[in-house]
Amino acid sequence: MIRQELLLDFTSRFHADILDLEDKSNTRVYVNITPESIVRIGNYLFRNVGARFNIATATDMPPKIEILYHFIVEDINLLISLRVFLDREKPEIESLAKEIEAFNWIEREMSELLGITFIGHPDPRRLLLSDNWPEGVCPLRQDYEEWDITADRTRGV
Amino acid sequence: MSLKLKALLKSPWVFHLSTGSCNNCDIETLDCLTPRFDIERFGMLLVGSIKHADVLLVSGSCNRMSVERMKELFEQVPKPCLVVAIGTCAGSRGIFKDSYNCPVPLDKIIPVDVYIPGCPPKPEAIIAGAVKLIEKVGSTL
Amino acid sequence: MGKTIIPIGPYHPLQEEPEFFTLTVEGETVVDIDVRIGYNHRGIEKLSEMKTFENSTFVVERICGICSTSHPFAYTRAVEDIFPMEVSMRSKYIRTIIAEGERLHSHLLWLGLAGHFLGYNTVYMWAWKLREEILDVMEILSGNRNNYAMFKPGGVRRDIRSEDIPICISKIDSIVPTLVMLKKAVLDDPVLHARLKGVGIMSYQDAIDFSALGPTSRASGVARDVRKDSPYGAYQEMEWDMIVTKNGDVFDKAVVRILEMFETIKILKYCLNNLPDGEIDAKIKDVPPGEGIGHIEAPRGETFHYVKSDGTNRPMRHKVRAPTFMNFPTYKATVKGQTISDATIILAAIDPCYCCTERIAVKDDKGRMLYNGQDLIRLSREKTEKIRQRMGGK
Repeated sequence: MIRQELLLDFTSRFHADILDLEDKSNTRVYVNITPESIVRIGNYLFRNVGARFNIATATDMPPKIEILYHFIVEDINLLISLRVFLDREKPEIESLAKEIEAFNWIEREMSELLGITFIGHPDPRRLLLSDNWPEGVCPLRQDYEEWDITADRTRGV
Repeated sequence: MSLKLKALLKSPWVFHLSTGSCNNCDIETLDCLTPRFDIERFGMLLVGSIKHADVLLVSGSCNRMSVERMKELFEQVPKPCLVVAIGTCAGSRGIFKDSYNCPVPLDKIIPVDVYIPGCPPKPEAIIAGAVKLIEKVGSTL
Repeated sequence: MGKTIIPIGPYHPLQEEPEFFTLTVEGETVVDIDVRIGYNHRGIEKLSEMKTFENSTFVVERICGICSTSHPFAYTRAVEDIFPMEVSMRSKYIRTIIAEGERLHSHLLWLGLAGHFLGYNTVYMWAWKLREEILDVMEILSGNRNNYAMFKPGGVRRDIRSEDIPICISKIDSIVPTLVMLKKAVLDDPVLHARLKGVGIMSYQDAIDFSALGPTSRASGVARDVRKDSPYGAYQEMEWDMIVTKNGDVFDKAVVRILEMFETIKILKYCLNNLPDGEIDAKIKDVPPGEGIGHIEAPRGETFHYVKSDGTNRPMRHKVRAPTFMNFPTYKATVKGQTISDATIILAAIDPCYCCTERIAVKDDKGRMLYNGQDLIRLSREKTEKIRQRMGGK
């Protein structure tokens, strides 16, 4: 499958869900999609196209939270990034980890570092932060402030 | 106490503890065991259990989860026990000073006897640090 | 038979980072496994947002000591992808040299530790002794044994002096005979065949589902290598082979890594011999707003960096994905159904930046201590010994 065919097929299949498609360079395509369609499109790319899931990256950009799901089609060296915007006050999105194992850890990471709820995640425990980290404090949000009064930010020694 | 310390200095057994390091210091510590440096010549032995250890080698920037474990482990070490901070992270946390997950430097948590700076310190530096530790403790006896 | 919970870790003397496993076993067989990570989380993504684009290179270098080239490599490529721009040919070659040197010493490190877990301490000492030669080469080229600080957005920080090249090549050549010997010792040893074949198999489908990367996936027959798939650096300039095997067991993972070392030596020598002239630094000034992705093949698989810039001199968002993040969850597929004595080597086989195999404590339902970490390595070694005796060895 060559690049043009793949993109044409992709856009015609999901034309209702695609808000915007940015063809940045030969190897990078950013697709803006609706949050509701992420499971369908993610599944299609992973199962049908045979793309590898790289990772998802979430960014806090008030008043929205942006998630990028990066998929790479290895045969034609094309990195497709699906972009969704969520409401910052109540960020919720359908979980892909139910069907594809590769999404499991990254969704856990995003939910604790940015406070995004993944609906239907099979194992929504903490991944990186310690158990005594306060609930609802998300270190990668823009408005994160130090909560720990015992913390020592001097050079020491 | 001092008799125990004196005995300890003959062949200090070390236990190695990483508290959220980039594992460079840990690899370099391991390197001390391998043929080129061979720290076992000096009677030092890396042991697998904290209960056998005389010296605690601590590396890393003390992140929230491992600090809890480190406190537990420090309680289990048979005293007297000497603590060596390996690398810049264990010394002053280096570039991780402002990290949200590394709140307190090592020497505010447990007493540290010797600091070996470097990112990472070379195996030679680690051996030199160990020798300095023995000298320092030996001179107080 | 009653189920037994085995907590593993988080501290262990031989490996690097702390990690906490819970194995559920029935008799000797592992029926379930769970892991709690986070003993190493230092908030690097947040720290990187406080640093300038150039300074972030040093932060990402300290993500992992063994991958201290892969992360800056991927990060600088991500920053260059914002423009997008290409760096000069000479800096591409220098980057490739440093990256391959790192791959070589990382694979040797893994080989040594794998030998240690199986009771082949000779392999451990040999491999680490060879590794010292590679670290010497890196010290000659960059000035440090690890944390080379060679990378910057737009090029490399230091040039390679032409008088150093023959010394480096002779050092690399000097390890080849021992490496060949090690290869024979590992690949032709009937005991290792019996010990490792069919252990911890990851099927082709599992490798796809978990999006496994690097040698872990290549051992399962998935031909996946960023150096071939989306070429970067100087990798298109020379002939080299991607090593792919089919079985997906621990033995194949070892085979992939051992054979890859020879390919790496090939690439290294080609780059050193054919280093082109030219500038090494593009001297980029302002990074425009936008986003960039850099991904490269680290020793353990693909390292992925995403950088978002808002036009200031700091990254607005910097996401780091290390290969172990994707490879590690495959333990769910590989460890289940295996025996406890195999769990150590299976967990080590993906070459995690941590293999939590020592200081394992086996407790029964009432919390009584049954085994500790050294016992588990002992179990692993005893199994090797049993196989050796059965085969009429010493």
